[in-house]
Amino acid sequence: MANWKKLLSGTVLAVGLLSSQMSTAAHAADKVRIALLVKSLGNGFFDAAHKGADEAAKELGNVEVIYTGPTSTTASGQIDIINSLIAQKVNAIAVSANDGDALVPSLKKAMQRGITVISWDSAVAKPGREMHLAPSSDALIGNMCDKLAADALPGGKGDVAILSATATSTNQNTWIAEMKKALPKYPGVNVVTTVYGDDLADKSYRETEGILKTYPNVKVIVAPTSVGIVAAAQAVEDAGKVGQVFVTGLGLPSELAGHVDKGSVKSFAIWNPIDLGYAATTIAYELATKKAEAKPGAEIPIGRMGKTKLDENDQAAMADPFVYDKSNVHEFAKIF
Amino acid sequence: MIGFLLKRREPQIFAAILVLIALISTRFPGFAAPANLAEVFNDTAILIVLALGQMAVILTRCIDLSVAANLALSGMIVALLNAAHPDLPLAVLILVALVSGLLLGAINGLLVWKVGIPSIVVTLGTLAVYRGVIFLLAGGAWVNAHQMSAVFLNMPRSVILGLPVLAWTGVLIVALGVLVIRYTGFGRALYAVGGNPVAAVYAGLDVGRTQFLAFCLSGLLSGLCGYFWVSRYAVAYVDVANGFELDVIAACVIGGVSIGGGIGSVAGTVLGAIFLGVIKNALPVVNISPFWQMAISGSVIIIAVVFNARAEKKRGRLILKQARTAS
Repeated sequence: MANWKKLLSGTVLAVGLLSSQMSTAAHAADKVRIALLVKSLGNGFFDAAHKGADEAAKELGNVEVIYTGPTSTTASGQIDIINSLIAQKVNAIAVSANDGDALVPSLKKAMQRGITVISWDSAVAKPGREMHLAPSSDALIGNMCDKLAADALPGGKGDVAILSATATSTNQNTWIAEMKKALPKYPGVNVVTTVYGDDLADKSYRETEGILKTYPNVKVIVAPTSVGIVAAAQAVEDAGKVGQVFVTGLGLPSELAGHVDKGSVKSFAIWNPIDLGYAATTIAYELATKKAEAKPGAEIPIGRMGKTKLDENDQAAMADPFVYDKSNVHEFAKIF
Repeated sequence: MIGFLLKRREPQIFAAILVLIALISTRFPGFAAPANLAEVFNDTAILIVLALGQMAVILTRCIDLSVAANLALSGMIVALLNAAHPDLPLAVLILVALVSGLLLGAINGLLVWKVGIPSIVVTLGTLAVYRGVIFLLAGGAWVNAHQMSAVFLNMPRSVILGLPVLAWTGVLIVALGVLVIRYTGFGRALYAVGGNPVAAVYAGLDVGRTQFLAFCLSGLLSGLCGYFWVSRYAVAYVDVANGFELDVIAACVIGGVSIGGGIGSVAGTVLGAIFLGVIKNALPVVNISPFWQMAISGSVIIIAVVFNARAEKKRGRLILKQARTAS
């Protein structure tokens, strides 16, 4: 009977859950079930995080990872999934939020039902989660972007342009602010403009062409967005400026391997999403099994990655972004 | 002569484009250089081709919201094929893109024709379905530059007589568009069916079949653009050209195509697309806030619709006046 009920709620849930997962869910009641709820399915970054989560599950033994998310990056899609996860009585939800505030009510409901809720990658507002695991700290990312730009500039000196996502995207705006804060450490880096490609390939491409035309002295374009960096690299190649203008920023190895080969990208960075999924799953497990508690100052062990410490807002940062270049990009391109 | 100029939509947009280019040149002198204008045209070619397909559909009182999704799906199919079988000749891949686009368009057309569902609902549905299929096909993964063959990537960029192949394709499709609209029964049927469906039936035209063919045409062109898009930006993923259908419809509306059907021209649509293309290419170089960019694009569309509505209203009044003088 209990199994039937679970199967029923499983079918109601539908979104993103494969039937095979549902049937195992019904049989594995004694396992700790951790839902890894991502911004959207079909994103290489989150698929890699899923790999890390599976790795953590294997290490921990009695953990079942439910990888799920809406098909497009909407808050409402995530809310529907959270409601069905509550009905499904999972033990923990680890979410990368499309909207940090909109998810709070349904996540609060989940916590009232005894479900452990943490956010990772993209944060949920404080009332809606027990803790947040940031892939890296904003300051570390901003600093890394400056460092990448300085490394790509001939002699570490010259004009730099920034290609962002939308003018309202929180992540990019924070990172760019941190970049500007860290600039005094890199006196050769002269940021001349910030443009917005809206995370659309065609608009980012056009904005890059615009940079090349309006600022002929720009030697480096920093794009802290995965769509933007690919489009910028392509535009630089099409304009025949490989070797004169370098593109760097945040992107995925598989998406940039070709551009590293062509020479438009020397090096770029991204936190290791496998580590991120691994850490989020491990933390969710520690909290769900009451082995650790989320409170300011608490230290939570994260398996092979050591441990992480929560700040006064119950936030923890994982590590420095990882730098990829010719020497390692193809190796990682096979993974994510 | 002046009266003719004021009444026709095409000279108005053409003048607007010239004024726009002159204005941009005051802030960024290099914009009006022939090489730059050629680049703008090349960048707009995909929009022009899609807008022509959309025009055919809108002329028949329908609308095709699935063009961008069709483009993305056809593009993903050829990108996946190219990644899996790099030896496949490019001609085969382009044929695959055309056939895939045609089939996807035909699905829209059949649902409108045989099932009788309003086109806005049909294509809103297929828009989501096609995007979903891309996800299923690729498993959500991207197809990236290093997975595509050199021929696949280089074709639209290779320059012939000063213009890239992509731009020449645009020119060719426009020429074909003029021929089809002017000199074929199908072209004239589009206007007849949209202008007055009842009269069209009496004239022996099959309204549903004409609409079906219009959707097929729009699909075919979307498929072709699918290849060009993926090749130009050297990447294929689920969200390729997300929201681009709105630009395509906007190009038609700015070009004087009436959403009510039956009114519109190839020249107007091409100019409408170029107008949008100039704005899109100018905004990055004139250095204005991204929020203004959105507001400007939106205002242009509304102004164009106001012009359209006025033009159509006049037409209605004119008929009444004539009727009165006759009685």
